[in-house]
Amino acid sequence: MNVSYRWLKEYTPVDAADKVVAHELNMTGTEIKGFRRMDEGISNVVVGKILSIEQHPNADKLVVCMVDVGQSEPTQIVTGAKNMKEGDLVPVALHKSTLPGGVKIERGKLRGVVSNGMFCGVEELGLTVNDYPDAISDGLLILKEGVVGRDIREQLGIDDTVFEADIMTNRPDCLSMIGVAREAAGTFRLPLTVNKPVVKGEGESAEKYLKVTIKDKDLCPRYSARIVTDVTIAPSPMWMVERLRACGIRSINNIVDITNYVMMEYGQPMHAFDYACLDGGHITVRRANDGEIMKTLDDQDRALDGEMLVIADDKKPVAVAGVMGGANSEITDETKTVVFESANFFGASIRHTAKKLGMRTEASAHFEKNIDPQMTLEALDRACQLVEELGAGKVSPDVIDEDYSDKTKRTIPLSADWIRHYINVSISDEEMKALLERVGFEVDLTDGTVTVPSFRSDVENKYDLSEEVARFYGYDNIPSFSFSADVKSGGLTEEQIFERDLRIGLRAVGFSEIETYSFVSPKGFDKILLPEDSAKRNCLKIKNPLGEDTSVMRTTSLPSMLEVLASNYNNRIPSAHLYEVATVYIKDEDETKLPAEPKVVTIGAYGDGIDFYDLKGRIEEMLAALNVANISVRPCKTNPSYHPGRTAELSVDGRVIGVFGQLHPMTVKNFELAGEVYAAELSLADLFAVSGNTKGYAPLPKFPAVTRDLALVCDEAVLSGDIEAKIRTLAGDVLEDVRAFDVYRSAALGEGKKSIAYALTLRDAEKTLQDSDIDPVISAILTGLEADGITLRK
Amino acid sequence: MKEQLYEVKQRAREALDLATTSEELEAVRVRFAGKKGELTALLSQMGKLSPDQRPIIGQIANEVRTYIDAGIREKKAVLERAELNRRLEKEALDVTLPGKARTIGKQHPLNIVLDEVKDAFISMGFSIAAGPEVEYDYYNFEALNIPKDHPARDTQDTFYFSPEMLLRTQTSSVQIRVMEKTQPPIRVLSPGRVFRIDEVDATHSPIFHQIEGLVVDKGITMAHLKGSLELISKKLFGPETKTRIRPDFFPFTEPSAEISISCFKCGGEGCKFCKNEGWIEIGGAGMVNPKVLAHCGIDPEVYSGFAFGMGLERLVLGRYGIDDIRMLYDNDVRFLNMF
Repeated sequence: MNVSYRWLKEYTPVDAADKVVAHELNMTGTEIKGFRRMDEGISNVVVGKILSIEQHPNADKLVVCMVDVGQSEPTQIVTGAKNMKEGDLVPVALHKSTLPGGVKIERGKLRGVVSNGMFCGVEELGLTVNDYPDAISDGLLILKEGVVGRDIREQLGIDDTVFEADIMTNRPDCLSMIGVAREAAGTFRLPLTVNKPVVKGEGESAEKYLKVTIKDKDLCPRYSARIVTDVTIAPSPMWMVERLRACGIRSINNIVDITNYVMMEYGQPMHAFDYACLDGGHITVRRANDGEIMKTLDDQDRALDGEMLVIADDKKPVAVAGVMGGANSEITDETKTVVFESANFFGASIRHTAKKLGMRTEASAHFEKNIDPQMTLEALDRACQLVEELGAGKVSPDVIDEDYSDKTKRTIPLSADWIRHYINVSISDEEMKALLERVGFEVDLTDGTVTVPSFRSDVENKYDLSEEVARFYGYDNIPSFSFSADVKSGGLTEEQIFERDLRIGLRAVGFSEIETYSFVSPKGFDKILLPEDSAKRNCLKIKNPLGEDTSVMRTTSLPSMLEVLASNYNNRIPSAHLYEVATVYIKDEDETKLPAEPKVVTIGAYGDGIDFYDLKGRIEEMLAALNVANISVRPCKTNPSYHPGRTAELSVDGRVIGVFGQLHPMTVKNFELAGEVYAAELSLADLFAVSGNTKGYAPLPKFPAVTRDLALVCDEAVLSGDIEAKIRTLAGDVLEDVRAFDVYRSAALGEGKKSIAYALTLRDAEKTLQDSDIDPVISAILTGLEADGITLRK
Repeated sequence: MKEQLYEVKQRAREALDLATTSEELEAVRVRFAGKKGELTALLSQMGKLSPDQRPIIGQIANEVRTYIDAGIREKKAVLERAELNRRLEKEALDVTLPGKARTIGKQHPLNIVLDEVKDAFISMGFSIAAGPEVEYDYYNFEALNIPKDHPARDTQDTFYFSPEMLLRTQTSSVQIRVMEKTQPPIRVLSPGRVFRIDEVDATHSPIFHQIEGLVVDKGITMAHLKGSLELISKKLFGPETKTRIRPDFFPFTEPSAEISISCFKCGGEGCKFCKNEGWIEIGGAGMVNPKVLAHCGIDPEVYSGFAFGMGLERLVLGRYGIDDIRMLYDNDVRFLNMF
């Protein structure tokens, strides 16, 4: 909300620099996001009266004017403007004046005739024709009123600062000049003066014209109205136009401006209907009928439903209650009789309606925060007082006031001692009372109670009061304590430590960490070749997503990883080796239950010579560092996203941990990648479950190891891992290690055969092994293998 | 003979001085100290000397031999050293050619800063708590004193799966889950992803991270909140950092505060980064609303507490001077390699 400093001062005598006002209000909870001078850049511009207008001797399109600018002699100004006449009051930028946008005006000659300055139009003063409906954009601003020689900033009321205040949702009372002034009074410890409006009431009785029935009292606790007859629709006076302008509201006409002015002043939205358009002289506040349609003031047809509240006459709705009036009862230049409505509506209903109709208005923004029902009358009176002051019509002496609001005043114990403790300040009872009373509370120190003003429905208990005291005592003045040491000791859990170590391990073997979105495109499932009946397609769908690309919660982290690889590939980055510890969201069978949110350690890589064994080696290295032992790697031909011949399933003690390998070329193509792309998906929880502290001390061996190499021949289909396992079993304890180091194929070996060379390390803890010890072991191995068709290469 | 011996010594000295290679030195050794060398040849004539001369000459001969041997040893060492130096010279590498390294992966900047934050809190006795990202409306709003149709919901545009299930908009939901399960004293930090409907641009992301802290115990007051925030800010942003709180509104805290710290770019002088204000808003805080405590089965008349929340992205963007939040989720390798 925009707050005019000049207007604010009318209620409380704040006299501080703009910057100080902004800072101090910020520190007591009225957030000032910024402020600006309305007359930024204007200097030495005054009101001038045109005394004479004569044709320029050398130019058809120019005239020479003599102007009274309040100096001893009239001054001469040359202009090309046409819309003025002798006797008009106009803004005159004198010699050595400045205008917004860094414009400097100096004495000069126009076609040989001296001009001592320049006349100004609205735009030259940094204003717009919207602010001055009578003005034209390509002519001078003709002032309706003014004192010759007066500074134009004062004359227009633009010698003002506008503060941009961000009002918190719990403080609708501050969506008003009086509300902000009250906060300012509390902040600067000044009195607040709000004059009670007085209405003469010289018109006809409202009762004669209007009857009001509230049908849905749950949504409308109060409806107050007055009738204004003999209405004269006219432009508003300059002061009102200027104040509305400061608040960012465009002037329309006197009646509409008054409703807006009172909304800004009191925070009570008002509505004015053309009485002539009300059928039956009867207003009913009721829920709309399903399917009812009404054209609102913005000329749009609105489809209403039974949850929305409308103001209706006997035949039709004339306003969407608290949101926007209907076009059918709009104030026009012909309007003669006006109904002024000052009502209160239930916030949640207004919020719902405005949202559903997609029209959040200034009025709905007020009502949806539940404003004070006790201010309808005063605001109504203020509007009618203005009607009388502006001579806009005759106001009814009586008021129609259907009032079902709760008038109980909330009283809460002050709990002064508790407050002093809770916010840690030493403030006396009297000081507390003074702070609270400045912002509208009544404090009785004898019985220790606080009466909460009706406009502060947000204050319910001692905690709320403590905030009031803290705010105006100053958060800056609260001391700082460190808390007591008596707590359970914190720290990471074992699983959290494991995850941190895992991330370090992944980086140690060369993968960089990424972070991707949790919601993805459902197209990703197709791109990673998931079959139609894959369980992974059963994902949580967002009802109101930003777009299809971010519309479902991921059940697999692979597409996110591949998108990142692809964007890097598109950027011609030669290699990317990445990981993400990605949360996936697995729907519960019971749809009312929350999904499981397991984390998947996801690796993705291309380039820099990566191949299957590089990937495998790095994963093994990383897992070894994490104390994950007894890893078993088996071929995995069934994962549709991966290359059927170059993919492995990783398990530990029979528990499947995940999958890794080369991606299927079609998967790669679907992401517009090329070449060999590798990936891994491992379950974090499973990895943690199988990790253990396998590390420990064993004495260093006293006797040397002996190595023997065996080149074996077997069928192509035989897995090296199986041979290794057999060698281990056959060799017994004396075998310390066995490792395949070469694979060889040749015509001599024969079609469908391969030769794998193994390095065996043998050691005895008690003695140095001799050939006589080793030979029987080797021959036992060879005999054993031969039974499975695996032979020593000749 | 004495003179002859001294002449041999003199010649040997000269020859040694002239030798510049191992081969030349070997030639010197053979010529003077070898089995057929000059010294041996001379000594073979010792028998011709008179007995009284023999010991004298013998002593001189020994002196000369020792001298020559030592000379050869010394020269050998010098020559070997020179040869080693020549070899090393030849072995010289261009040290400015690139090194060979096994690449170490990079940590994502979000997690670099998050780990620091976690460590700072762990050192103050905090545990780390996680909660679900897909959350019930109850935990994200209702239990935090934000009923349906509360205007505060407008500032947190929410992704829904059903009227009761949503993507959490704030990590404050974890506060409730912790308090439901744990009786005080409580001291937890719950960092995590949160989600709000926001079109992606340089300063907005529909996914971002919050870091939520919660302390509940007997006798916790606003001064503890203030003191803790100051301590945390100093740990995270340096010992000179000043902290400022000012009133704000959150339905789940009362009183509530907005947390600002003195600008870590300019130290509070005012710069482009802090929009000349000298202060940077880093989050919100407050005393836990008694309604929230009571909701979770904690008696507000016995216990009190404070909570605070910070946006991780803001800290990261500020720390590294990143001007576009999208960089964090684009995962461009060139970007990742900067950290």
